[in-house]
Amino acid sequence: MSRLFPRPWLSGALFAAALMFWGVAPLPLAGAALLALVLPLGLARVGAPSSPLARPGRAARLAAVVLWDIVVANVAVARLVLGPPGRLRPAFVAVPLDAPHPQVAAALAMIVTMTPGTVSADIDEGCTRLLVHVLDTGDPARVAADIKLRYERALMEIFGCSTSR
Amino acid sequence: MLDLALNVAFAAFGLAFLLAAFRLLRGPSAPDRILALDTLYVDAVALALLLAVQQDSAAYFEVALLIALIGFVSTVALARFVARGDVTG
Amino acid sequence: MRAAIEVLISLLLVAGGFFGLVGAIGLVRLPDFLMRLHAPTKATTLGVGGALLAALLYFVGSGRWIVHELLIAAFLFIGAPVSALMLAQAAIRARLPSRAPLAEAGEDEERPG
Repeated sequence: MSRLFPRPWLSGALFAAALMFWGVAPLPLAGAALLALVLPLGLARVGAPSSPLARPGRAARLAAVVLWDIVVANVAVARLVLGPPGRLRPAFVAVPLDAPHPQVAAALAMIVTMTPGTVSADIDEGCTRLLVHVLDTGDPARVAADIKLRYERALMEIFGCSTSR
Repeated sequence: MLDLALNVAFAAFGLAFLLAAFRLLRGPSAPDRILALDTLYVDAVALALLLAVQQDSAAYFEVALLIALIGFVSTVALARFVARGDVTG
Repeated sequence: MRAAIEVLISLLLVAGGFFGLVGAIGLVRLPDFLMRLHAPTKATTLGVGGALLAALLYFVGSGRWIVHELLIAAFLFIGAPVSALMLAQAAIRARLPSRAPLAEAGEDEERPG
């Protein structure tokens, strides 16, 4: 069974989404089943990492925090954009990552980009360091510390990796 | 009230569309133009969604979905091309 | 009830339009590429998110179109950070002029030649 469906959750979600999209009838059923069977197998075949969530509840809480941050801080960025651009103090900040875990690094990079004021500019090969561009800051070190405290710790709990390095 | 809000949103996204088009023509660098193109398609998605509400027709969701899909793929392809010189490597 | 939802939809539309416009203004006004990158990836995405939520509320009850909204949201919200990261990498490799001090960033970048 796990040979045929290497990602049961993904298969189920694909099946449900396809049926919602096409409606329930013989042909859509066949199409949805094909999708749920073939796509996860293909993903497993090319070696895409599968990431079991160690703590789904923690993930939901982090998602809520991130959504809230996006809305609140966008207002601050709107003020920066509409104000005099000469006063902005942009900076690059290197954020060292505590665990070289590709999914943590990718998720952290996306969160950093979507929360206003910061954009991920680069991840290095080994996922040990994230380069962040900040739109306006007087204290780059604090930005890095904030990112680690607010998002990285939660992500590491979610993906269940230890801090030891 | 809904009509007024719709008109405000139409004006805002329409103006945003024009500003992005200005950046597309102005450049100066290739990433600037790609970023402008990216903004253009996202604004187009928003305009399609507004049309769906204004015309009371869910068919515009198909339009928005297609623009979002094609826009995402083409932005990533263009950015990859500029960053590394080829798309698939 | 319908009236309350209509007020909510209107607010979402106006807020969405505002952020969409802010994103485009930032795209035109900000002085260097990496700073310009901030405006559309976030403000514009939030703006279209507002429009999407408004459309979703408007069509609530007519059923079957929810999947489209979810897919549009997925493409936009996953697409924005991915393309932003790629564009930032492209800009750093092309050594576009930047007002941010590059000293710290430049250390680990492979230098040509």
